[in-house]
Amino acid sequence: MLDPKVPSGPLKDKWTAHKFNCKLVNPANKRKYKVLVVGTGLAGASAAASLAELGYQVESFCFQDTPRRAHSIAAQGGINAAKNYPNDGDSIKRLFYDTIKGGDFRSREANVYRLAEVSNAIIDQCVAQGVPFAREYAGYLDNRSFGGAQVSRTFYARGQTGQQLLLGAYQALLKEAAKKNVTVHPRTEMLDLVVIDGAAKGIVVRNLTTGRIESHYGDAVVLATGGYGNVFYLSTNAKGCNVTAIWRAHKKGAFFANPCYTQIHPTCIPVHGDYQSKLTLMSEGLRNDGRVWVPKNSGDKRPPQEIPENDRDYFLERKYPSFGNLVPRDIASRAAKEQCDAGRGVGGGHAVYLDFAQAIERVGEQAIKERYGNLFDMYQKITDHDPYRTPMMIYPAVHYAMGGLWVDYNLMSNVPGLFVIGEANFSDHGANRLGASALMQGLADGYFILPYTIGDYLAKIKPADKNIVTHAEFKRSEQESGSQIEKLLSIRGKRTVDDFHRELGHLLWDKCGMARNAAGLKEALQKIPKIREEFWRNVTVLGSGEEFNQALERAGRVADFLEFGELLVADALHREESCGGHFREEYQTPEGEALRRDDAFAYVAAWQFTGAGKPETLHKEELKYEEAHLAQRNYK
Amino acid sequence: MGKTINLTLKVWRQKDAQSPGKFEVYQAKGIDTDMSFLEMLDVVNENLTKEGKDPIAFDHDCREGICGACGAVVNGQAHGPQRGTTLCQLHMRNFHDGQTLVIEPWRSAVFPVVKDLAVDRCSFDRVIQAGGFISVKTGQAPEANAIPVPKEKAELAMDAAQCIGCGACVAACPNGSAMLFVAAKVAHLNLLPQGEVEKDRRVLDMVGQMDKEGFGNCSNEYECEAACPKTISVANIARMNKYHRNAFDHR
Repeated sequence: MLDPKVPSGPLKDKWTAHKFNCKLVNPANKRKYKVLVVGTGLAGASAAASLAELGYQVESFCFQDTPRRAHSIAAQGGINAAKNYPNDGDSIKRLFYDTIKGGDFRSREANVYRLAEVSNAIIDQCVAQGVPFAREYAGYLDNRSFGGAQVSRTFYARGQTGQQLLLGAYQALLKEAAKKNVTVHPRTEMLDLVVIDGAAKGIVVRNLTTGRIESHYGDAVVLATGGYGNVFYLSTNAKGCNVTAIWRAHKKGAFFANPCYTQIHPTCIPVHGDYQSKLTLMSEGLRNDGRVWVPKNSGDKRPPQEIPENDRDYFLERKYPSFGNLVPRDIASRAAKEQCDAGRGVGGGHAVYLDFAQAIERVGEQAIKERYGNLFDMYQKITDHDPYRTPMMIYPAVHYAMGGLWVDYNLMSNVPGLFVIGEANFSDHGANRLGASALMQGLADGYFILPYTIGDYLAKIKPADKNIVTHAEFKRSEQESGSQIEKLLSIRGKRTVDDFHRELGHLLWDKCGMARNAAGLKEALQKIPKIREEFWRNVTVLGSGEEFNQALERAGRVADFLEFGELLVADALHREESCGGHFREEYQTPEGEALRRDDAFAYVAAWQFTGAGKPETLHKEELKYEEAHLAQRNYK
Repeated sequence: MGKTINLTLKVWRQKDAQSPGKFEVYQAKGIDTDMSFLEMLDVVNENLTKEGKDPIAFDHDCREGICGACGAVVNGQAHGPQRGTTLCQLHMRNFHDGQTLVIEPWRSAVFPVVKDLAVDRCSFDRVIQAGGFISVKTGQAPEANAIPVPKEKAELAMDAAQCIGCGACVAACPNGSAMLFVAAKVAHLNLLPQGEVEKDRRVLDMVGQMDKEGFGNCSNEYECEAACPKTISVANIARMNKYHRNAFDHR
């Protein structure tokens, strides 16, 4: 059993007590320690800025051309906090409980409580940074509702909340760069983690402009490198999102937790062609006003406006009257799939309607435009349909990874000195994340949790000598990274990198997507090694390693997806229950809801790498609940 | 599926900042009009790769118009012909069968070419670093509702804050001016009470850095607003000029 190092004492006092018990590094000594932060999304940028403010030497890395582009920027709807400004019954405890329940009782209670506890400070911090959140006429902050909650606790900046929060964190980061407390390395991709005497001591990176492979040492390494949704090829993630940093850390000893918990978001623009490069999300915030429906009768080909009320099935409102269109994402997605599988899908069969006609009638087109204008514009640009006149067509798509590297209560992996924050870790969302909680978690980790817990680790070690970069482990990592690049460039086969990526993605979506079963998962486990084997024999990557070479970058990432995909499927096969985003067809209630098996699976599955192509070793962290009571989720 | 069209592409190819560049001609055949511009380039690149030819490099990431990574000048227009649209959200239904598209990187001495259509926009980061922030440290913030912000001001700040830092304003300006980019950030922060304390220093330092980077002057062409994928208003430039003048008076 893995020890999550959760402090003792009552749930609501744990974090306060822990902060007091964390060892401190005195201000004069902080500058002697160097921290490497990989990734500049909400978690990475906020952590790098906050650690630099404290006085540590910080180096920040991102593969994009500037830290402002990390994919947190695309988050649309909002960020949760337990402020209870609307006076509608919210509290830290309610946010905690909604998140635990939303995660289908597969998250670590103490982490989730702490997340809810620090949520309010995040809003304070962001407002002080100048994040232009939506306001009411009196000048106070406005809230909207999101799935899985019966209170309005979501703060938002139009449909661009992630952008505004990220720019706040990016600006905080550059404010420290101006003071030379942080060095920012854009267009730099992490290729390996360097572990010396059992502790993380640095990383090996590739300068994406020149191709040069370089070593950087640090007294601690923080991975804030996001999620692995692109293993499915088509997802709502940015094209560059990848598993490489955490996968290569995994191969250096860090345990990978719950990879099968992948979130399929219910409201995305449906797939429309083979050439398609990504899927686009339409914010969950739209479900505040949009109503989801399909024609009652399969084969009803009338245009939506001509289908009368009696011939429509508002299936979410029918099945879940108390939460209606605002049920959690996993439930909404499965319900849409169920309708489409039964032949009631629209627009070619793989879509349902999200209809604003009644909302427009109720509050007027202008009000709807103010709330969702940019999303409606984006929908129209992509589909050429006007959602003010005709219902949107939406379908579920891969969106978020609840799984990630295993971390303890301090957000440290099982490799000492390796911290993992934001989407890259597994910690707070269990088997399903609630809407507007990713932004909350990223910023909680970076602004308010890691700055305390990393000090406790650093206080116990001596600062590394900068000559450590000549250590054999650094040299070995540089050589291995370099020889993989040479190998990829030397194959000169017949298929492109994207071709392999698409094949892997289709297979995973088919066998390990919204619904999974043992036979399909076993089939995928047979097929993935074959795709991988062909990749290393028949892929073509042109050009050289000593230049800006985007196909080479993608090849390295797809090579890792081809290994990681197998672990994702193996985890899904081993978890013989349904929970949250992991739906095993064999385990469902008579009404078709997810059937958890708490007796056998109330644990975190943390996998240990044992060698290429070998089955991984399973470690378990038992999930114990003091406050929340294990119950079947009920949104009816 | 939309209909399919055939296009001739004239694409700027340049190995790196030091090497000279030139146009190469490619045929893009059977392009589905439902594709985005970048998906069209993906298809061209897949074909080039299969022919053993170096694919066209271009920056891109989110492909939903918000990260600001993508951008190219298409037939003389930054981000192409559709108003308020990034290249990744520009769909091929905006073009017709048989058309020739001239595709170039952002043209500015301040944005050196990394390769082909990818350019280096680190100068924007340095401008932000000069003052595009509010100097609050983590933990210092007061309660969020302690300072009410009039809704009108919050909305104006948000209009400016939408800037995605893509650089189209610079590419579109005959002078290569970055006034719209800089003004958007100055206006966003200076409009809010939270940004009040540092407003003079912010505008002086950011404008100072902008000049130091070598961006050109503004001569009120308004090409920047026309090219901006977030349609950020040139009114922000007037706002910035006002803040700048006041900052001088306050010294």
